[in-house]
Amino acid sequence: MFRKTVGLCIVLVLLLGALSPALAQEGKVVIRYANFTAGQDRAAELDQIIAAFEAEYPNIKIEPYNMPFGDYFTMLQADFAGGDPPDVFELNYENFVAFAANGVLLDLSAYVSEDAPYYPQALHAFQYEGKQYALPETFSTVVLFYNKDLFDQAGIDYPTAEWTWVDALETAKAIRALGPDIWGIYSPIQFWEFYKRAAQNNCQFFNEDKTETLINAPECVEALQTMVGLLEEDVMPDPAEQAGVSDSELFQAGRLGMQVTGIWMMPAYQEVPFNWDIQLEPGMATKAYHFFSNGIAVDINTEHPLEAAAWAQYMTSSKTAVDVRLAADWELPTLNDMSLFESYLAMTPPDNREVVFQSLEAPVPPPTIARQSEMQDIFDELFNAVIAGELDPETALNLAKERVDSLLTS
Amino acid sequence: MVGQSGVKRWVWVMLFLSPGLLGLLVFIVGPVIFSLGLTTFEWNLLTPPQFIGLQNYASLGQDPRFWAALEHTALYTVLYVPAVMAVAFMLALLLNQPLRGRAFFRMAFYVPVVSSWVAVSMMWRWIFNPQYGLMNFLLGLLGIQGPAWLFDPATALYAVVIASVWKDSGFSTVLFLAGLQGIPHEYQEAAQIDGANAFQRLRYITLPLITPTAFFVLITTLIGAFQVFDQMYLMPVEYAQRGTTVLVQLIVNNAFRYQRMGYAATLSWVLFAVIFAITVVQLRLQKRWVYYEL
Repeated sequence: MFRKTVGLCIVLVLLLGALSPALAQEGKVVIRYANFTAGQDRAAELDQIIAAFEAEYPNIKIEPYNMPFGDYFTMLQADFAGGDPPDVFELNYENFVAFAANGVLLDLSAYVSEDAPYYPQALHAFQYEGKQYALPETFSTVVLFYNKDLFDQAGIDYPTAEWTWVDALETAKAIRALGPDIWGIYSPIQFWEFYKRAAQNNCQFFNEDKTETLINAPECVEALQTMVGLLEEDVMPDPAEQAGVSDSELFQAGRLGMQVTGIWMMPAYQEVPFNWDIQLEPGMATKAYHFFSNGIAVDINTEHPLEAAAWAQYMTSSKTAVDVRLAADWELPTLNDMSLFESYLAMTPPDNREVVFQSLEAPVPPPTIARQSEMQDIFDELFNAVIAGELDPETALNLAKERVDSLLTS
Repeated sequence: MVGQSGVKRWVWVMLFLSPGLLGLLVFIVGPVIFSLGLTTFEWNLLTPPQFIGLQNYASLGQDPRFWAALEHTALYTVLYVPAVMAVAFMLALLLNQPLRGRAFFRMAFYVPVVSSWVAVSMMWRWIFNPQYGLMNFLLGLLGIQGPAWLFDPATALYAVVIASVWKDSGFSTVLFLAGLQGIPHEYQEAAQIDGANAFQRLRYITLPLITPTAFFVLITTLIGAFQVFDQMYLMPVEYAQRGTTVLVQLIVNNAFRYQRMGYAATLSWVLFAVIFAITVVQLRLQKRWVYYEL
């Protein structure tokens, strides 16, 4: 008898244990939110935004899944393959197209009001075949960081907004002359830099209907040539000279005059023991700047489309989300209202923080295709052969055209 | 009666085997069959798989990455397997001597085997660093200008082979050591009495009698070499990976970067076929050089 009672109790406890999470959330809609931008560092900030949202929508509970960027897309795809994707999830612009093309995203057009404060170009970027498949969340751009002290030491003027890559190269030579350990400039030779350099030289990536790349046109070859020129002129370290020290570490060590990199590096440079500032990146035939953006999308099969869309909207455009982001110097919200950014602009260094917004005047979003990672890897493999001196820019881009064209047609 | 108890016994056998069998079916046999079927599909995980027949196999021929990876894998194997075997055998001969501190050395050579590749890679990345690494410092003392090792696609593979031999030899050493100790003392003593010197004893007694162990080590290191991944993924810088990407890396990239599950499954089966073929050839060849008695 005693044994039976104990056994029954154990079964009951187990049952209650299994049911209790469900009981605790009774009457509440649970929205699972997968993201890669909060991670460990910004989990507290995300929780802050979630708390404010739940206070405003007492019937909704947000369950965040903070994942590292490296594993994020694999896990997201595995969730989709397993038939159990999160209700709401972040997508970067490059992956957005693949997801939209596969028809797994909910059309959010109906949930975006006329006067939504999104930056129009960003809103447009997250449309596919005329439908709003994600809301723009944050943006980043790439600027020219420079070490003022090295410029002073070399007795040269600081970069201006009108600079071309010719000016940058001449200046880099002067800084390189300061010592064998001092490098003039670092501008990575990879897909992300190349698509923008191509745009700066009026090189078109694809034809109108994206059935063919035009990447081996003379303007494109010239764009790649200016990138490799920095290595040939020895103002930028090659991989062996760099020896595993990242360009940002070089900059932080005060051994790099100029660095072309994202505004996401600004928090890391707050404590460096020298003066630095930022400027718009140099141009070629024209000016063009990066526009990297993350958006928030909703699973087409979610059981709670209204609640999911409400969270997507809150996360991308609420005052709370904006304030929390800016206070933490997290990523910049993609909103078209400069008054929101006053606190951000007041932070120094850099003094010239307006450059971040000036670069939005000529933005180029990355070229995207359904087989995005494959295309990027093709370019990076060929560029590495160019860095090694095995291919010249023209041959490399001819090969790139051949291989990327086959991705577009198959 | 006999028949009934036979059935009963069989039921008991199956009952005790079932946990293991179930695991084998669910986690090994099932996925193997699934992956073989997957080779005839195109599947990006987001949308339902599409049957494409043998197209994945046809794509192999036109995939320059596949041929490069096959070449890198073969080169790695050709360099790594003989080196591991030679180093391990030599270490085993030394450790088989009645040396002072023999237990310490036996442990010391086994430590790299149980270390994680993540930690070991960090150490070797430092050793091979062209600017401030130990390797080029030592070469510099000899007046040699060292290469860029892991930073150059032309040399990165060789650097990985050196690190791999260092890390893995300990395991084969233990096997060789066991083999050496399994050789009956009588043979050595009889040969000694007959006036055979140390070299003659090695050549005519130790070497032939160690061949079964050598055969086992050869087969297992060959299979391991074809499946090399961790160190290739961790050590060469991205820029140099053009010279080192191996088959398993290609499988990972196709499955999880390019979302080409069907093609990745095809590559896995090709890798399996290559390993299988080489192992069959080895099994055939063993009659020519493996001795189980003198």
